[in-house]
Amino acid sequence: MKAVSVEEAVAMIPSGASVMVGGFMGVGTPERLLDELVRQNKAGLSLICNDAATPGKGVGKLFDATLVSKLTATHIGLNPKVQQQMLGKQISVDLVPQGTFVERIRAGGCGLGGVLTPTGVGTLVAEGKRQIEVDGKPFLLETAIRAQFALIHAFLADYLGNLAYALTARNFNPIMAMAADTVIVAAEHIVPVGVIAPDHVVTPAPLVDYIIANG
Amino acid sequence: MDPQIIIARRVAKELRQGNLVNLGIGIPTLVANYVPSDLKVFFQSENGLIGTGPIPEQGMAHPLLTDAGGRPISALPGAATFDSAMSFGLIRGGHVDVTVLGGLQVDAHGLLANWMIPGKMVPGMGGAMDLVSGAKRVIVAMQHAAKGKSKIVAKCTLPLTSARPVNLVVTDMAVIGFPDGKATLLETAPGVSIGEVLAVTEAELAIPDTVPEMKI
Repeated sequence: MKAVSVEEAVAMIPSGASVMVGGFMGVGTPERLLDELVRQNKAGLSLICNDAATPGKGVGKLFDATLVSKLTATHIGLNPKVQQQMLGKQISVDLVPQGTFVERIRAGGCGLGGVLTPTGVGTLVAEGKRQIEVDGKPFLLETAIRAQFALIHAFLADYLGNLAYALTARNFNPIMAMAADTVIVAAEHIVPVGVIAPDHVVTPAPLVDYIIANG
Repeated sequence: MDPQIIIARRVAKELRQGNLVNLGIGIPTLVANYVPSDLKVFFQSENGLIGTGPIPEQGMAHPLLTDAGGRPISALPGAATFDSAMSFGLIRGGHVDVTVLGGLQVDAHGLLANWMIPGKMVPGMGGAMDLVSGAKRVIVAMQHAAKGKSKIVAKCTLPLTSARPVNLVVTDMAVIGFPDGKATLLETAPGVSIGEVLAVTEAELAIPDTVPEMKI
């Protein structure tokens, strides 16, 4: 793990990169990294995030600045700008059931090719996918998702990069921290090694590449 | 009584001691207000919490503790937080006893459509498809008709949420179940006649010999 400034961290992300962002309706989202993506005008991003938050909040800021060209998400209903950009064909949107979304990312981080899920069988979601029977029950083959970068929000990060999360801000963060080539973390508090007890570490330090240093 | 409150009160009667329950947004959220205080029920919020509590008092909200719509909530003593893989493992894995969801259409076989209106509204399915596929019991809480048009239809014209039929539909006019896969009128709302229900129901409804009035 290396501590870097938010400017240095975002400078590593090229325009057009695939980027996973933790958070659920903007809760548990690394806002400082998103603000800096907007400031450095990193455009054409392939964004993988549960939802599109709301304008002005979380990943909503990326849509305000029209930096996203492709979105993989489970719900965009609370961000009218994304609906407009989708209907105007400025962005392509792949909608995925939430349980499938998280399992595809988990698979990507765990070296699996994908998962078999009953969710979506017999619906529009099944179109173009392989259906596989196991013990007489139909499942969809849903392939793994990875990204070049994961932007993670943690509650605590220690000097080594061990992470712990708080309340409902955990959501997709520990799963995404497994599934990207480069993992960048913005933590609410940076604490000495040992403050997070071994039993309370959720994301172990070797998974973390960069932590945003306090300003 | 307000139609939404009729629905919420009736759905609350379906919950049992110790149930793990997931409530969708809209009318389903109201159900929590009508659970008797001596009935211990665990409410899950799919963004990673079991043991959701009421909206915190003014000034006591925590920015990292919200419901699935991003609104501040509280956590009850004994609450547990977890990541999204766990949350949907609970849902898909059959650990959730009851889910209550809103609906756009339910058809004569109990199939539900509730996540998009092609060309008009494409919010995404969020957790709905997993909830309908995986929860032990699926209850739809919705108005019987919208703009005079029945939401209980012969066949869904909107995209389905799941190939698995729901267990129960509770509306402001009726309770409908699907014994043997066929829509059946189980109860009518207070002051509503069977004829009035049939007049605003597109799907064919089986009518048992006795159809009691909802007790709410």
